[in-house]
Amino acid sequence: MNETLCDLRGVDKSFGENRVLKQLSLSLPAGSVTVLMGANGAGKSTLVKILSGVHARDGGSITLMGREFAPASPSEAIRAGVVTVHQNINDGVIPDLDVASNLLIDRLAEPGYGFFLKRRQNYAEAERIASQMGLALNVRQPVAELGVADRQLIAIARAMAHDPRLLILDEPTSSLSASEAERLFLLIERLSAKGVAVLYISHRMSDIRRIATRIVSMRDGEISGLFEGDTLDYEGAVNAMLGQRMSDAVISIPAPGKRVLEISGLQLIEGARPFDFNLAENEVVAVTGLLGSGKSAFAQSLFGLDQPVSGRIRIDGQDYRVRTPQAAIARGVFMSAKDRANNAVVADFDITRNMTLPFLSRYAKLSFVSRAKERRTANDMIEALSIVCQGESDSIGTLSGGNQQKVMLARWLAEECRLLLLDEPFQGVDIRARRDIGRKIRETAKNRGTLVFVSELDEALEVADRIIVMSEHSVAAEFRNENVDLNEILTAVTGAVPPAGAARTAHA
Amino acid sequence: MSMNLDNTETSPAAAPAGAHSRRRASGPIDLAIRYGFLALLVGLVVFFSVFANGFAGPRSAVFIFQSVAITGILALGVTCTLVVGGFDLSIGSVATSSMMLAAYMMVVLEQSAFVAIIACLAMGALIGLINGLLIVKTKVPDLLATLGMMFLLVGLQRIPTEGRSIATGMTLPDGSTAEGSFSPLFLQLGRHRFDFMLDNLLPAPVVFLVVIGLLVWVFLELTRHGRLMYAIGSNERAASLTGTNVNRYKIVAYMISGVLASIGGMLLAARLGRGDIASGTNLLLDAVAAALIGFAVLGAAKPNAFGTSMGALFVGILLQGLTMMNAPYYTQDFIKGLVLVIALVFTFSLSARKSGGH
Repeated sequence: MNETLCDLRGVDKSFGENRVLKQLSLSLPAGSVTVLMGANGAGKSTLVKILSGVHARDGGSITLMGREFAPASPSEAIRAGVVTVHQNINDGVIPDLDVASNLLIDRLAEPGYGFFLKRRQNYAEAERIASQMGLALNVRQPVAELGVADRQLIAIARAMAHDPRLLILDEPTSSLSASEAERLFLLIERLSAKGVAVLYISHRMSDIRRIATRIVSMRDGEISGLFEGDTLDYEGAVNAMLGQRMSDAVISIPAPGKRVLEISGLQLIEGARPFDFNLAENEVVAVTGLLGSGKSAFAQSLFGLDQPVSGRIRIDGQDYRVRTPQAAIARGVFMSAKDRANNAVVADFDITRNMTLPFLSRYAKLSFVSRAKERRTANDMIEALSIVCQGESDSIGTLSGGNQQKVMLARWLAEECRLLLLDEPFQGVDIRARRDIGRKIRETAKNRGTLVFVSELDEALEVADRIIVMSEHSVAAEFRNENVDLNEILTAVTGAVPPAGAARTAHA
Repeated sequence: MSMNLDNTETSPAAAPAGAHSRRRASGPIDLAIRYGFLALLVGLVVFFSVFANGFAGPRSAVFIFQSVAITGILALGVTCTLVVGGFDLSIGSVATSSMMLAAYMMVVLEQSAFVAIIACLAMGALIGLINGLLIVKTKVPDLLATLGMMFLLVGLQRIPTEGRSIATGMTLPDGSTAEGSFSPLFLQLGRHRFDFMLDNLLPAPVVFLVVIGLLVWVFLELTRHGRLMYAIGSNERAASLTGTNVNRYKIVAYMISGVLASIGGMLLAARLGRGDIASGTNLLLDAVAAALIGFAVLGAAKPNAFGTSMGALFVGILLQGLTMMNAPYYTQDFIKGLVLVIALVFTFSLSARKSGGH
């Protein structure tokens, strides 16, 4: 193997009480493409932000080309040769400026540039960079007029202009077409042949198969697997990333009740394969799949946030087609959204007010809210879900992540429903709270159908009677959670049979 | 409405925010945040009572209330838009438009007080509706939409009379003379004084302020609509995902703001007895200042009806006291600005430290 270019030893990082990176050690050899895999919240983004100078590490050491590396700012990291292309394209380009300014923006920020813009020089330089990259763009065109793919390529081209020693690409192909992605891959190969170390973050198996020379799996802030050599063990890598420390929670599958949800020929996005799916009362089904496999699109189309392209959904035998969450709730379909900080928690409210938000009218007479009545519900729920707090009027912000999540769950368990959708209910939740939540979901499942959308396999195994695996916005496989063969699930998750010619769909 | 929940990978920093400040400690900073502003208010009253001759007494107190009545009513309207995370810059011009409309209805069109009042309220509601629709449907940012509305109304209210104030006997654009006059009943709205402990003590606008303040407080604090509006202001996406009709509540907030501003305008017209194009210029800034100062009251750190009323009162007391101590008039705006800045520091810096935010 080549010499080590960047070496991380025992790197630690915490946000508040949340330890995001735990004694992480990793070395990145020159001339290699290291693919980093990890589920949401595994700590990938934090690792990238530490390397790119956005966050400072709490402990441990990083050396770059043998020298200590501790960038205080992104521009310092860039000057040291660590260049990052971030996942969110809009972080990478400034739409109101032209292509040339975007390509040279870091250079304008450098202290030695001078006060006035050197327009002609800039355009010439920008054209040089663009042609090196094979970008056929008018450098005077405003970026706002360009599509997503071009914007992404500009962000990457700008990174290249710095002669990076370590190039970090965070999901760079998520908005590229097949030919554009291929152009990027060729470029990556050229760079790694020149001795650049590439850290490539992706969930897309086809990309990983195409480009990886090493795979590193991350889980809970630690490296959970390192795969290198002539033949890479892709399934082993996914396994290490999702982790299935066999849970001791044994699921006894109850007899399903009468059918609640009936889906036939549902096509989530243009070009996806239509699928059928049924769900009965007293049944808990986990929906799993990699990021971008269509889990969220499925959940959102059931809750009226997205409109499926075609297909038929029926609830209790009645046609179901809703356009707003209100309409969905009126039909007895509740959804606890993922990413609670952005989508669920009302930070200004206490526990009680957060819990009673969706069904406030049940606590109100002539619109006047009865505090006593809602407090009673809140106290019942605090007890039922063993929420750790001092009282029902604690501000939601004083609770730990797991307890906040319990409050969000209580919000929807307070009323009877027909279909409960739980999108990532275990996100950012410690193991004990996770057990509590899983148990509560199963305990209350009797009179409704329950769909739990999770990206981690052991969460699915812990909570579900059945597991369906999604891939390319369709159902790839279905398993009964009984002596289930993990390898089969993993095969389905990684889509081990890549479609012929590796047809790429935008936003796959 | 289609929302994408997918592109927001949880930043680890977001989850545990504030997790390390377990429980409100009742330390000195906490006490300062909660009661600092009210203590300051009491201190101010004591200070002026001692040093300003004639400050302490029912007549002076009523004068203060009267001076803040119209501003306070407008500020309560702004508070409603602040609650849903919006802002209404058009209230000042809605109030002056309402004043001009009331005058025009009675003086030029010779309508009854009742018709004038209905017309003004309808105008306020309509402008609020348009503001709300601009913000909700056409996605114009709230500050810009209401700023545009403000300019539009400042111009519009002068068109019918070609820029002249409206009073009985004025010459109309077509050369005729306005024969109508303000109905005495209408004038009473701004001028009547109720007997309260002393004869002729309590002016009608003060009663309006107290009643409206109570209504807004009840609406925001005790009803489910108020609760949902606060939820929208704190996390719009979460509110929408729990089935709240976010757009409707936002529009309602702007309509409340418009209607309250039109009431303020009518009281102004009734007090002046004419449609005066030069008055009401300070209404917007004073009302906004009162609502923002209200954030600091009781450490609420959010818009609230009680705080807004206290904020309005605070400014009123300060100005009245300074006037009675012969401070020159031009220092008033300076003092108001200073109070506002201090209140905002109270709200944002100290309470952010309290919640352990980053």
